[in-house]
Amino acid sequence: MDRTENIIELKNITKIFDDDGFTAVDNFNLEVKRGEFVTFLGPSGCGKTTTLRMIAGFDVPTSGDILLNGKSIIGLPPYKRPINTVFQRYALFPHMNIYNNIAFGLRQKKTPEEEIRRRVRKVLDLVDLEGFEGRSVSTLSGGQQQRIAIARALINEPEILLLDEPLGALDLKMRKEMQLELKAMHDKLGITFIYVTHDQEEALTMSDKIVVMNEGKTQQIGTPEDIYNEPATAFVADFIGESNIFSGVMTGKLRARFCGGEFLCVDDFPEGTHITAVVRPEDVEIVPAGTGIISGVVDSVIFKGMHYEITVLSGRNEMVIQTVNSARPGDRVGLRVDPENIHIIQAEDHTNSFPVDINSAHRLEYNGHTLDTSLTRIIKGSKRLENGSILDANGEVIDPARIRIQASIQPEDIEMTDDQDAGLVQGTISNLIYLGDHYSYVIHTELEQDFVVYDEDLWNMDDRVSLLMPVEKMTFTLRKK
Amino acid sequence: MKRSLRGLFLVLVLLILYLPILILVVYSFTTSTQIGAIRGFSLHNYVTLFTTPELRDMITGTLALALGSAVIATVLGTMGAIGAFYSSRRTGAVISTVNQIPVVNADVVTGFSICILLVVVFHISKDSYIPLVAGHVTLCAPFVFLSVMPRIRQMDPSIYEAALDLGATPFDALMQIVIPQIVPGIISGFALAITLSLDDYFIATYTKPAMFDTISTYVVNATKGSQTTIKTALWALSTVIFVIVVLIVIGMNLRSIRQERAEKTGRRLHV
Amino acid sequence: MHFSRKNLGIPYAVFLAVFVVAPLVVLLFYAFTNGQGQFTMENLTGFFTDPNALGTLFYSLLIAVVTTAVCLLIAYPTAYLLATSKLKNRTVIVMLFVMPMWINFSLRITALKEILTILEGNLAMHPFLNAVIGMTYDFLPFMILPIYTTISKLDGALREAAMDLGADRTRTFLEITLPLSLPGILSGVSMVFLPAMTNYVVLDMLYNSTYIMGSLIGSYFAAYNWHGGSMIALVLLCMICIFTLLTGGEDETARGGALL
Repeated sequence: MDRTENIIELKNITKIFDDDGFTAVDNFNLEVKRGEFVTFLGPSGCGKTTTLRMIAGFDVPTSGDILLNGKSIIGLPPYKRPINTVFQRYALFPHMNIYNNIAFGLRQKKTPEEEIRRRVRKVLDLVDLEGFEGRSVSTLSGGQQQRIAIARALINEPEILLLDEPLGALDLKMRKEMQLELKAMHDKLGITFIYVTHDQEEALTMSDKIVVMNEGKTQQIGTPEDIYNEPATAFVADFIGESNIFSGVMTGKLRARFCGGEFLCVDDFPEGTHITAVVRPEDVEIVPAGTGIISGVVDSVIFKGMHYEITVLSGRNEMVIQTVNSARPGDRVGLRVDPENIHIIQAEDHTNSFPVDINSAHRLEYNGHTLDTSLTRIIKGSKRLENGSILDANGEVIDPARIRIQASIQPEDIEMTDDQDAGLVQGTISNLIYLGDHYSYVIHTELEQDFVVYDEDLWNMDDRVSLLMPVEKMTFTLRKK
Repeated sequence: MKRSLRGLFLVLVLLILYLPILILVVYSFTTSTQIGAIRGFSLHNYVTLFTTPELRDMITGTLALALGSAVIATVLGTMGAIGAFYSSRRTGAVISTVNQIPVVNADVVTGFSICILLVVVFHISKDSYIPLVAGHVTLCAPFVFLSVMPRIRQMDPSIYEAALDLGATPFDALMQIVIPQIVPGIISGFALAITLSLDDYFIATYTKPAMFDTISTYVVNATKGSQTTIKTALWALSTVIFVIVVLIVIGMNLRSIRQERAEKTGRRLHV
Repeated sequence: MHFSRKNLGIPYAVFLAVFVVAPLVVLLFYAFTNGQGQFTMENLTGFFTDPNALGTLFYSLLIAVVTTAVCLLIAYPTAYLLATSKLKNRTVIVMLFVMPMWINFSLRITALKEILTILEGNLAMHPFLNAVIGMTYDFLPFMILPIYTTISKLDGALREAAMDLGADRTRTFLEITLPLSLPGILSGVSMVFLPAMTNYVVLDMLYNSTYIMGSLIGSYFAAYNWHGGSMIALVLLCMICIFTLLTGGEDETARGGALL
């Protein structure tokens, strides 16, 4: 079999739903080779299922083209495509027995009954359910229904098998088993599999190629190793595995500043580039205080069986570490990371974002300064009561401890001043770079955060400045803890 | 093209369903006594409807009967559903099966058999209204039972036990914990009882006092008669009922739309 | 007495015994006795040898079958189109189809009668046609609703799965949608067939009620012949039982149960 030939190509696929104008898939491009196991991975609502449905023919793209073996199939209804689907909740026909369910596809093609019987037996054998022909759907367990759904699709010998979260309804043990079986089936049959899941572990285990999607856009396409080791965007890093993710800036050749310290790294970006740094928890070493690159205080220690999960607070930054050695909360420790274990991604934009607090009067506060904005504007549908507490849209009291508010502000909206008491927070200029018509500064604050500020005037390195951040330029996002 | 064909079919069916009523609505505002040429606009049908004692009595009688039997049916049916659910499996099954009889039975048979029992065997006068009310409660209570039962089944059984555990007496637990949980079922059972009683003809004809009429029995007799003032006043009655039904439906839709909206905004907050 | 939840069922159990079971027992007793209270089979043999009664039985069966068929032919496409449409305000539109159920039937039939009089002149000319039109008009929503409910509850993935496996629209409908909507059809049929056999008042209002089972009871009732009337009622009850068993029981919520 020729494994270099593209069996299916998606070209600039966009899907906008008529009823609510929602863009489910945005300019999606993909080439799949014959025999590949490709997985669409992403959170719910990222467009992965919609993409699959467009390949199957249930949804029609708003624009773009789908080529099967080089020919457009955009106008072909689902029943004329040599593609079969294993549905999320199996979609077995409840009024037919197992035999008739599996035979359905062949009957549509008017296959002789003798051949149907032979092939049903063969495919039941493949999914390890010999002799189930006469059973009714309702007598099967979830795992068995799953196998029948696969058998019903495979008997048609499709060129591509689409699987829409097929293991989602199974329990953990069953899921692990089916993962291996599906993979074995794929290797044995040589059919191209396109698999949809939100489970990163499933994707990493089974796939030849993973397409990570978010908000209708492709984030990264690559092998499982690529995706895990070299995430292309902060989203991928966050979604795949556990990561510490920091925004920062390049401060020199192979030097990056983030998390309140300057780290050596192996990714080469020009000085002044705004970056996202990704550090896996297992790659952080705890060293005696003072000997690491940054230092902090142990905040919590959780025993996880194979390792301890230790959270260290360094100023306002939080670093999660997995290690076999325990630590005591309250300990002062140093932290270091090997240069090759730091993965640097060029930042998509230079927005400064930082957490803000909710004080006892239910007002937003940063570094002890009350921010003159209304919480009720940030939380949709909420109301402030006489006593100051806030009700959400459902009329329930919001517990400040349960939510987290993130503020963001653009570099050009921050102003630096010498008047130390004028700004919201003070810090020193730790980096500056001239960008043609303005300077880009990195200010390292007392709260161990780095702010990027654009200014037309020249300031000196290590100048102590106060940052003026107008509340009306900030945007706030609400997150639940 | 295909889409408009679908729409056309649906509109056609709606037309069949509504055309007769809508025509009556239009003619109820005229002086005409027959469908045909419209001579002049008039509200005299409405004046007749609300001033003729015979018509007024018939309407208030129908409403009082519906309300009264619905209340009795709701109390009985709800108690029956709770009792049947907590009884032994066999007792529950027997009650549920007998409950099903009036549901599937033809109303003619139900009305006739109740009439024979009460009037012919026990000589209870129809003028006492007992046969009529008993008949309507028999018609309605099984449906209350059926609409309350699923609510009890869905209820988490441990909340009743939790109430007992916290010191409530069985009666308190029932009133304060169980009843509030099944209120939606009780309300829809009550509404169903009202509509069934309002729409009934057969049970009323076999059990009602001679001088009493419900809307159904009155209208059926009136169509046989030739009194045109009464006939056209009934057009006005149809219009009034039609408007009330439309208003109720609009009200219910507004409520469900508002609920939907509240749910949506709620969901957005919970991300 | 100590309060117990099961005891709550006692009043209702008594009520059912008195007003549901007892009347049926009395009905049975009257059906097999004569005016002197003696056991007799005369009522039974009388019914089955009376050509008039048998004719009525078959005529009302015929009306019921035709009415049910006409209702089904109109209601199925209506329910199917409603359930598969992507209309935004679908619940509102479905409500439009159900709403006539809440307007008193006698008033609706009055309205229909006016229209039919215009169209036909003398209603007595087409008794069978008018019977079918009247009942279809009265019962149509009862057929639409259960079918609509069943189809709209069908998992859309089943239809997609059929198409995915190579069935075109027609075959998907015939092999998946239609068989799976059978429960709704059965429930609708039982909602229409039984009343169509007994609801003589619709025909009464349209000047033709002599040949339907329900009105036969009415005529015995009018003549104070309790024994003959009981026998007719019993025969009807038996037919209802058989029919209910055949259709697998009535959908409990179907009758007037829209949205409630």
